[in-house]
Amino acid sequence: MALDSKIPKGPLAEKWTNHKNEINLVNPANKRLIDVIIVGTGLAGGSAAATLAELGYNVKAFCFQDSPRRAHSIAAQGGINAAKNYQGDGDSTYRLFYDTVKGGDYRSREANVYRLAEVSTNIIDQCVAQGVPFAREYGGLLDNRSFGGVLVSRTFYAKGQTGQQLLLGAYSAMNRQIGRGKIKMYTRHEMLDVVIVDGKARGIIARDLVTGEIERHSAHAVVLGTGGYGNAFYLSTYAMGSNVTAAWKAHKRGAFFANPCYTQIHPTCIPVSGDHQSKLTLMSESLRNDGRIWVPKHMKDVEAIRNGSLKPTQLAEEDRDYYLERRYPAFGNLVPRDVASRAAKERCDAGYGVNQTGEAVYLDFSAAIERYGKEQAHVKGLNENDNALVQKLGKEVIANKYGNLFQMYEKIVDQNPYETPMMIYPAVHYTMGGLWVDYNLMTTVPGLYAIGEANFSDHGANRLGASALMQGLADGYFVLPYTIGDYLAHDIRTGTIPTNSPEFDEAEKKVRNDIDKLVNNQGTKSVDHFHKRLGKIMWNKCGMARNAEDLKSAITEIAELRAEFYKDVYVPGTENEYNEELAKAGRVADFLELGELFAKDALEREESAGGHFREEYQTESGEALRKPEYQYVSAWEYKGQPSEAIHHKEQLTYENIEVKERSYK
Amino acid sequence: MNLKLKIWRQKNDSEKGRMVDYDVTDVSPDMSFLEMLDVLNQELIEKQEEPVAFDHDCREGICGTCSLYINGRAHGPQTKITACQLHMRSFNDGDTIYIEPWRAKAFPVVKDLIVDRTAFDRIQQAGGFISVNTSGNTQDANAIPIEKEHADKAFDAATCIGCGACVATCKNSSAMLFVGAKVSQFALLPQGQVEATDRVLNMVKQMDEEGFGNCTNTGACEVECPKGISLENIARMNQEYLKASLKG
Repeated sequence: MALDSKIPKGPLAEKWTNHKNEINLVNPANKRLIDVIIVGTGLAGGSAAATLAELGYNVKAFCFQDSPRRAHSIAAQGGINAAKNYQGDGDSTYRLFYDTVKGGDYRSREANVYRLAEVSTNIIDQCVAQGVPFAREYGGLLDNRSFGGVLVSRTFYAKGQTGQQLLLGAYSAMNRQIGRGKIKMYTRHEMLDVVIVDGKARGIIARDLVTGEIERHSAHAVVLGTGGYGNAFYLSTYAMGSNVTAAWKAHKRGAFFANPCYTQIHPTCIPVSGDHQSKLTLMSESLRNDGRIWVPKHMKDVEAIRNGSLKPTQLAEEDRDYYLERRYPAFGNLVPRDVASRAAKERCDAGYGVNQTGEAVYLDFSAAIERYGKEQAHVKGLNENDNALVQKLGKEVIANKYGNLFQMYEKIVDQNPYETPMMIYPAVHYTMGGLWVDYNLMTTVPGLYAIGEANFSDHGANRLGASALMQGLADGYFVLPYTIGDYLAHDIRTGTIPTNSPEFDEAEKKVRNDIDKLVNNQGTKSVDHFHKRLGKIMWNKCGMARNAEDLKSAITEIAELRAEFYKDVYVPGTENEYNEELAKAGRVADFLELGELFAKDALEREESAGGHFREEYQTESGEALRKPEYQYVSAWEYKGQPSEAIHHKEQLTYENIEVKERSYK
Repeated sequence: MNLKLKIWRQKNDSEKGRMVDYDVTDVSPDMSFLEMLDVLNQELIEKQEEPVAFDHDCREGICGTCSLYINGRAHGPQTKITACQLHMRSFNDGDTIYIEPWRAKAFPVVKDLIVDRTAFDRIQQAGGFISVNTSGNTQDANAIPIEKEHADKAFDAATCIGCGACVATCKNSSAMLFVGAKVSQFALLPQGQVEATDRVLNMVKQMDEEGFGNCTNTGACEVECPKGISLENIARMNQEYLKASLKG
């Protein structure tokens, strides 16, 4: 099967407008006759559900959480990009497009990214109209800040809680439609299969997580906004419940899975403290606006810091290695995430890590506190040389910008980051890979769509900071509602899809069998036992640096672990009740398959690009070495086992951007 | 350190619950409270006993899912954090810790420590929104400047995570802080003015129908709110309510 990305013809800047003018529409009266299922209520799913309901479709929305407001988009901290150019610093749609394609290491689709940049400005307008309280300047206008990999200030934010505020905006838009009866909301429900009738996605099988009941739901189209699969690594910044199950079941029903190996490992997270650790906490990239990253220059100081005889604040300026500023003078501490993460790993692997585990670097705010303090003293006409005053004023500015993040850090680590530098280390944070979709966001299964992090389309091999929120909302508010109409226009006379067909019978039976197998397994090891072991394989062999040998052994080890899981997992309780272990078991079973495909994909890609770094392919200075013959999207077709998956390629062409070495020096 | 736990166990909303004793050993002070419960659950699973059900998801204090009443306080002994952000260094070796679900008529128990908070969603559905369709043609985001002080206060109100600690801690099981926060957020913004009258009336009506109690200005909610939502928001809601009632 040849992959058709369905990119509209014509000049880049006109593609989306022309496409919208040419596609089919469904008239308002007919929309009432059409049902759409949306799985996941984060920024992508929530915004899509609200918008489709506003348009008049009958929406059924599903989330595994107890409320749509709790989807993990809520945890996004730093901000959302938009090419508004409010700062007059030279931003434009083209520049946002260019930065995103370059940031993605020339592995994303030009037309999709341009559209994303184009609708970015609408998102901010829409959110302000909904009452999202973005940060403002004293003049009452919206404030901006900078994120990694760009040279302009285009990031809109609400302190360190931007994702929360945007999600609550989408949640409020959903609530309006739930109140009107246009969205029927199913909380604490987990999708366990997609039902395909006559080659089209026509419904889902879901499990009510409270009663354990297996339900059939039909619709004319199914949309997955189910997020990423970073929890395959066990430890990550994802929520505990984040999972790949919906996307993986779709994959098993025919949706190709694209670029699974493209994973974002975020440079600034709180380091692991012990074996009990259940998750990792992100410290927003926005902190790199003001924080400087360093390790000691000399090994003797590293040792002194580790044994407690030297405090980091006592180390003289000339004995510190601000390694990002040293290696990347043009972008300094604001290099993209993949570059910053690898640089931290490089220093720690060389032995310069500053905590007991040797896996931490400093993120230091003392320079910013002094700079802001002096500025405030000057503005207020106070003594700029009064150090205590400057410190006090500077800390107030920092608290105003990042207060909640500093508080979060202090609660976890028990150190005050206003007084001593934060310790940080990279952690799994986002997956650029996901279900393959065409320009209309449709997967290779007709009528099955994937939006937000669940698809692969916009970020290439590395996502820039503050672009996930942009993409989730762009897909849900401004792209899918148009493109899905083109497909649904053929369904106005179809009528309600019955749920008593053989296809629904078969899917439900399969779901029940899978559950029975887990519940009746009577093994000896808990679900977490297997999840942790999978995580270790993924982190050690498919993490920040990969090589052929490790990847080959990862493939074998994961397949063996999967076999052991089915033999020896123990799931307490029954299927007819609230049973978190059962839900987790199903998710881990899917991670155990995805993990193998992930390693296989990483092995196939014999180049380094963005978040995918193969040790065999690097430049002399240790930067990622891209290879032109790999300028394609890998899309995998399911054939029974991950090892048998068939590799399809979508060639990427760049007509509007010159493909260059990605340099931040 | 070693701890004694007394945990509320309840099979479902129709059966009676009771406190059950557990011992946990070798707890590290760097563990989060929920990680300590993970350790207990792993031990229970190994013994083929049923693990303790509790709600949790983001484990970084923002999703509002976790909801534990620890030693008689919502989210435990520390202020301005959620249970998932609470670390074991707040406890001492040999301590006995009581762990219970939120207790309120409007939050029925689902299982063990999990309660049903959909009443909160229904209150939001009654009016917690601005009626603007998604079009891409709304006016430019900077068309209406908003005084920074108002924008900041709206933000502070909007940081509510909907966890329900305010209700759990209130002797009247009142949801006024939760509702007041949403009413305030929109009352402070120009975009929220058009529907202000209906919003406050409808949300308060729904709040009453769900069986939440009234506010008697004790202020416990403000103390226990993990996001530090201020009582000022209840005052603003009362003001909005009075204004709306007079309008009719």
